[in-house]
Amino acid sequence: MTLNSRILGAASGVAIACTAFAAQAEVLFWSTQAKPVEEAQAMREQVLAGAGAVDYQPNDGGPWLTRLQAELQSGSGSIGVLGALHGDFSAMNPDDLVDLDDVGVMSASETFNDLAKLGTDSMQYIPWMQASYIMAASKDALQYLPDGADVNALTYDQLIEWAANAHEAAGEPKFGFPAGPKGLKHRFFQGYLYPSFTNGVVRTFASDEAVTAWEKMRELWAHTNPASTNFSFMQEQLLSGDAWIVFDHTSRLAQAFNERPDDFVAFPAPAGPTGRGFMPVLAGVAIPRTAPDMGAARALVEYMLKPETQIATLRATNFFPVVGVTLPDDLPPSVKAAGDAVAKMSASADANPGLLPAGLGDKGGDFNRIFVDSFERIVLAGQDIRAVLDDQKGRLAAIMEETGAPCWAPDAPSDGACPVE
Amino acid sequence: MTAVTTDAVTTDTRRAGRWVYGSAVVLLCAWVIVPLYFLLINTLSAPDTVNSFPKPFIPEFDLGSLTFFANFAGMLTALKNSILVAGLTMIMSIVIGAPAGYALSRFDFRGKELFRLLILLTRAFPLPLLALPLAVMFIQTGLDDTVFGLALVHTTLAIPFAVLITFALFSGIPLELEEAAWTLGCTRLTAFSKVVLPLILPGITASAIFAFVISWNEVFAAAVLTIENRTLTAFLLQNLDTSPLHLKFAGGFILVVPALIFIFAVRKYLFAMWGIANR
Amino acid sequence: MNARLLPYVLILPVTLFLCLFFLYPFLLVSKQAFSTGAGFTLDNFREVTGYWKFPITMRNTLLLAAAVVPIQLALALLMATMVNRMKKGRDLVLYVWTIPLGISDLAAGIIWLAIFEQSGFLNSMMSGLGLVDKPVNLLTFQNPGIVFLAIMLAEIWRATAIMLVILVAGIGLIPKEYYEAAEVFGASPWKRFLRITLPLLRPSLQTALVLRVILAFEIFAVVAALGGTLFPVLMGETYAYQFDLLNSGAAAALALIILAISIAFTLIILRVLRVPKGATI
Repeated sequence: MTLNSRILGAASGVAIACTAFAAQAEVLFWSTQAKPVEEAQAMREQVLAGAGAVDYQPNDGGPWLTRLQAELQSGSGSIGVLGALHGDFSAMNPDDLVDLDDVGVMSASETFNDLAKLGTDSMQYIPWMQASYIMAASKDALQYLPDGADVNALTYDQLIEWAANAHEAAGEPKFGFPAGPKGLKHRFFQGYLYPSFTNGVVRTFASDEAVTAWEKMRELWAHTNPASTNFSFMQEQLLSGDAWIVFDHTSRLAQAFNERPDDFVAFPAPAGPTGRGFMPVLAGVAIPRTAPDMGAARALVEYMLKPETQIATLRATNFFPVVGVTLPDDLPPSVKAAGDAVAKMSASADANPGLLPAGLGDKGGDFNRIFVDSFERIVLAGQDIRAVLDDQKGRLAAIMEETGAPCWAPDAPSDGACPVE
Repeated sequence: MTAVTTDAVTTDTRRAGRWVYGSAVVLLCAWVIVPLYFLLINTLSAPDTVNSFPKPFIPEFDLGSLTFFANFAGMLTALKNSILVAGLTMIMSIVIGAPAGYALSRFDFRGKELFRLLILLTRAFPLPLLALPLAVMFIQTGLDDTVFGLALVHTTLAIPFAVLITFALFSGIPLELEEAAWTLGCTRLTAFSKVVLPLILPGITASAIFAFVISWNEVFAAAVLTIENRTLTAFLLQNLDTSPLHLKFAGGFILVVPALIFIFAVRKYLFAMWGIANR
Repeated sequence: MNARLLPYVLILPVTLFLCLFFLYPFLLVSKQAFSTGAGFTLDNFREVTGYWKFPITMRNTLLLAAAVVPIQLALALLMATMVNRMKKGRDLVLYVWTIPLGISDLAAGIIWLAIFEQSGFLNSMMSGLGLVDKPVNLLTFQNPGIVFLAIMLAEIWRATAIMLVILVAGIGLIPKEYYEAAEVFGASPWKRFLRITLPLLRPSLQTALVLRVILAFEIFAVVAALGGTLFPVLMGETYAYQFDLLNSGAAAALALIILAISIAFTLIILRVLRVPKGATI
């Protein structure tokens, strides 16, 4: 009796759930960005409140990709708009994304718009928001800066010395580096360390300058909190005091500045012999060819690029606008701090901006793995730098040849696939 | 005289034994509870405290983090979905699995070993890899984004537990008991329901707990196969590890509580029939 | 009903169900492991086994299973016999001991990281007791032993309950008369455990062990939370192939290798703990 009624109850529950599903006609916004619960909440309540019926669903990369592939394979779907990083889109087949030239919106940056074409003639995604990686430190740590060092114009040698001073003062290493499973360490090597020491990423991968760069990395690691292999969001270690000086993605430092704005400073990444290397983060919005309601999806893409939406997005996610807007004065502390640091970084005399890898297709993950493996072997396992680089060089060359990806800045342009010299 | 001494010695060892036994029970309980208590402390602490050192050992009863989730849109719907999916998973895995467990324990048939291996294989291959073909199949058949569809996938995960646990328990019940019932005029079916079923209630309960918990905690398939009908786990858990610490703990706590309530509600059936001797 | 057909009728629902929802997708995925675009090939297997981290992940996974499962088995047996002897508060104690069952591996990772991290509860306790002057960094690459120990503890905490519940349900079926008779003959508790509990519990032991071992090879979330990148395991590499490198062929190949290991160990356990036909008590 009780079991029967329970089954009946469950069955009717299913029926109710089914009808509820049929009645909905929201645009599904399927995103890998703005995942932390607070950011997702802000996206729903503030950013998308004026966009009509939108269901914002942030996901881990795995489910995000699996669901998308399933919809593309079965030829019918419920995803209306995709939100993801440049790298996620470039791993996709451009035919699976709707051409967006006629939406009538694009970013203010030609470079971004070109990247968004994914090697085709038309926009495959629309640049949506941008960020970068910066450094941050506790104000208490500033007293250990080496003599004559300007925190806004550090060199790698000064950073190492600073970290060493802090190490000595605290009795334990206090530099923090996001080398955990979800940490973005590979971006540090690709966009910061290599450009600053070798003025390249691919061509110069195994050069003598690269050996110097890894030697500096080892020196820095000696003053790095050894638990860094567990760190993925440096805001946590800044707040807890486990690290005093850190490198990370602007939105992964935001919480520290918002919770205790007076305790921390943000500043540009350091410079090496070939300039102050740094790299942008670019997220975009796109429409899969299986979107159920193209009109509504296009309207949502357009809405995301409006100046008001872009400012609301900045507040919600700490990602900066890609269109020309005048920023209001009442932005959260994290946005102000990060914005200043990024501005100083790009305006510095020795700025050496790099671009996002382009043309790697679905080999983007393999490309990152080359750098992460080099780090684990050279720095963690202490293997010979020259030997490791020569070994990894072959793998890198194979990836470049297979994809035929041409060089991107700061590497010198190439005809055809970017060569590893 | 001598008799009295030995008596005293045995009571002494008895007392010592009981003392060891009692403290072992307490120790093991503490081993389970203390980490959960830490979770509770962090859940009921303000963000500042969560990041501080040294950590407090008494919660300060700051409800900020929990309130955040209370105001989180869609929590109740997600909770309802989770309970529905877990309930369906429980029923289906037992209804489908228990007969097979009975067959495995009572009959010798061709292909038996192969069948057992197939059941086990189900648990030895990671679901996230299977999710893509499953999702394609579900989208094509209209099972996609339904509570029932997700319950089907969770049932696949729970069935090995249901089959093997019922198999183990049926094997522990002497066939003679059933045969005796047959000679007394019961049919196979009535013998089963009157004699065997009550005996394996603990096993059914154990299977039910597994099914419920597996479904409750499963994230990947839930994230891929549900959109409008998100379960609580898919709704919360996959976003937790990128969230600030205090919300990470509060969210984890919220996910743990319903599962604990469920186990508490069914725990006594684990002992429903205490051994044949007690019947 | 025909007694020869009956078993097949009983297993039919499960078989159909698993064919549809497991075997069919499983075959599709395994097919990918043997192809890289054109024809049958073992390239995917060569790729995953040739990767420099493969021996490390293999060793880590096996080592962890070997360290954790025996302790869990012993602990679960101990707890099950203790709860069996209990007269008062049995429900409550058993409930407390089964609590970790309701906690997902992701949540367990969060909890145990809060204990072991530098500003975590363990350090707070040690500095509160004056054992250390300042928090010690426990989970670092210089202390692989402590990292391993932390993962072990977290796994033992989280997953012992799985075995416990199965064993408790099995122990309940052992007739009390056996113990009473043994007591009359003066058998010590240890002898009673060895001669009565263990042999009669064999079916449940077998089930608990097989399920636990299979799950041990699939461990991932707790290891990732505590070990970070220091302790790579097979399942983590599988996910990396599937979702970071977008190489589903290699991911499927690695998953099949894990499957093969699981089958091998399952067969060993089934052999060693064989349940005699129509087990009688």
